[in-house]
Amino acid sequence: MKKIVIIGATSAVATETARCFALEGAELFIAGRSEEKLERLANDLRCRGAAVVHTGLFNSRDLAAHDQLLEQAFHKLGEIDAALIAHGDLPNQAECQRAWVETARALETNFLSPVAFLTWLANYFETRGKGNITVISSVAGDRGRQSNYIYGCAKGALAVFLQGLRNRLAPRGVSVTTIKPGFIDTPMTAHIKKGPLFASAEVVGKRIYKAMKRGESVVYAPFFWRFIMLIIIHIPEFVFKKLKL
Amino acid sequence: MRRYESWGRYPKIRDQKVLSVYSLKGPLPLPEDDRSVLPYGLGRSYGDSCVNDNNAIIETSALSNFIAFDPSTGILRAESGVSLATILKVFVPKGWFLPVTPGTKFVTLGGAIANDIHGKNHHRAGTFGRHVTQFGLLRSTGEHLTCSPTQNADLFRATIGGLGLTGLISWVEIKLIHIRSAYLDTRTIKFRNLDEFVEISRENDPIYDYSVSWVDCTTEGDQLGRGLFMAGNFSERTKSRQPPSLAIPFPCQAPSWLLNSYFMRSFNTLYYNKQFSRSVDALTHYEPFFYPLDAIINWNRMYGSRGFFQYQFVVPFDQKGETIKEIFRRITRSKRASFLAVLKTFGDLESPGIMSFPRKGITLALDFPNDGAPTLALMNELDTIVLGAGGSLYPAKDARMSHKGFLASHPRLAEFEPHIDPRFSSSFWRRVRN
Repeated sequence: MKKIVIIGATSAVATETARCFALEGAELFIAGRSEEKLERLANDLRCRGAAVVHTGLFNSRDLAAHDQLLEQAFHKLGEIDAALIAHGDLPNQAECQRAWVETARALETNFLSPVAFLTWLANYFETRGKGNITVISSVAGDRGRQSNYIYGCAKGALAVFLQGLRNRLAPRGVSVTTIKPGFIDTPMTAHIKKGPLFASAEVVGKRIYKAMKRGESVVYAPFFWRFIMLIIIHIPEFVFKKLKL
Repeated sequence: MRRYESWGRYPKIRDQKVLSVYSLKGPLPLPEDDRSVLPYGLGRSYGDSCVNDNNAIIETSALSNFIAFDPSTGILRAESGVSLATILKVFVPKGWFLPVTPGTKFVTLGGAIANDIHGKNHHRAGTFGRHVTQFGLLRSTGEHLTCSPTQNADLFRATIGGLGLTGLISWVEIKLIHIRSAYLDTRTIKFRNLDEFVEISRENDPIYDYSVSWVDCTTEGDQLGRGLFMAGNFSERTKSRQPPSLAIPFPCQAPSWLLNSYFMRSFNTLYYNKQFSRSVDALTHYEPFFYPLDAIINWNRMYGSRGFFQYQFVVPFDQKGETIKEIFRRITRSKRASFLAVLKTFGDLESPGIMSFPRKGITLALDFPNDGAPTLALMNELDTIVLGAGGSLYPAKDARMSHKGFLASHPRLAEFEPHIDPRFSSSFWRRVRN
């Protein structure tokens, strides 16, 4: 893989994945919302060995401009071997419960915006006949919990969308990878008290790199979340609804 | 989950607020109340100089970007949270190496400056601080200063070896050295006692860029201070820059009784006799040569929950090495030493740092399992000999030196203190200054 597009590249996890690609001399198009952070990361990737690094600004609420960003990436790189969609934010559950506008905003950033990117990418890769699309979903999407179900439903919907897309693109030789990270110690979770299940962004970022190279389907990161979620999704609803999760 | 403790896991931290710094441009994160702060990198300082109990630390893991590299000069600029391990991973394949490296690569650039680290090439290259061309310093006033030998030169000299107390080092510029391969031509020579060490060191230090010795602290008499002298130069014979590297985590916390004196003596005898002939030459990858212990992640857990002490000092070189012999006799008699005793001759290249530890002489570093009062008593005894001989103790490895020992080790303290940022402090600092 040589030409990689990363949307939400300045997030702690995607940064680590980008660094893995830089080390092998890839050409990168990185997109994010802060020009300063993008420039800082672009210089870092160049020092690490990336052949070329292009940057693009975007706003996850300006869905209409998403196609244009990918056109720009395609134009700069000439072609795209793989794309990683990594942007998202953790909505405030209590505020979402108070006002649906907040919920809509959370769904826009965490579900509709990735879908807008994926629509363009799916059509591109379907025609191209090879490549990889990887998207960061979350273990929170495996089952709705009272403390976090708005974020969970956006990530869950995204995972279902990706299931369908994987099914559609598999015959064309294009792999679609769903990443389901557990808790990660990043600026997004800076306000949460850390427990032993928290993984570092570096561990998860490297795992994503490996998954993209292999074209894996559904990846829990770190791996033990697969077993944790297996238990959680199998708790009967009559028990689950009484739990404080 | 990350624990913000020191490498020796002593003293234990009770209450420490953790703040993070994300941007080079933003203001310094500070607690709302008047608690002090201390920058925290990878926590490889052994004692309490990297922690700030009952106060706050500012962890720097997000300052992880490279900024620029000039392949024509080897000058690298990077954010201060970048580790030496990352620099090696990226730059060894391109033919570059660190100008100075300590015995672990898991330290940050900021930490390397704050402790003005030294390595196996001290006799040829001096300390890390000599290879720093400039750095950024973020003060609690919100000022962003660039410090170099010509710009804010006072703060430049105070920050190198300044234990993180002069402000937060935000970015660092250093000069890498060019290497042809990732391998060294190494020579390991057995010495039967300290007199032989002195002789071998005098003969070989001029030929080798890197040298260090492992010493057995369990033998006495004419075997006092026997060991292995290990030296090397980067090889021109091969061009390979590929690593053979596999790190094994130390699986769990070992029971504290494991490292007893019988175990130690057996280990030391086995290690001393690992080579039969007096001198062995080899082609060695830089990882095992520079970082033998990094192959075991969290090796500090070997000492169990009580943790351990490191003790490192430098004493001026006297012709017969009497001071160092006296110290060895005390350690051997105590039966408390562990297997990690390291001896090295420091050269006379001066550091720019006011508070820098290395100076011309012989340095010895060793571990003591924490057995409480008897261990502390032994180190106090050693202090008397070291300081009596005009030597110094190393803050980065210390969890117990006295106020007096600190003063004697830092003759230029009065010159340093005005540069301390008023919001910065550390557990170490409060201990040695009160």
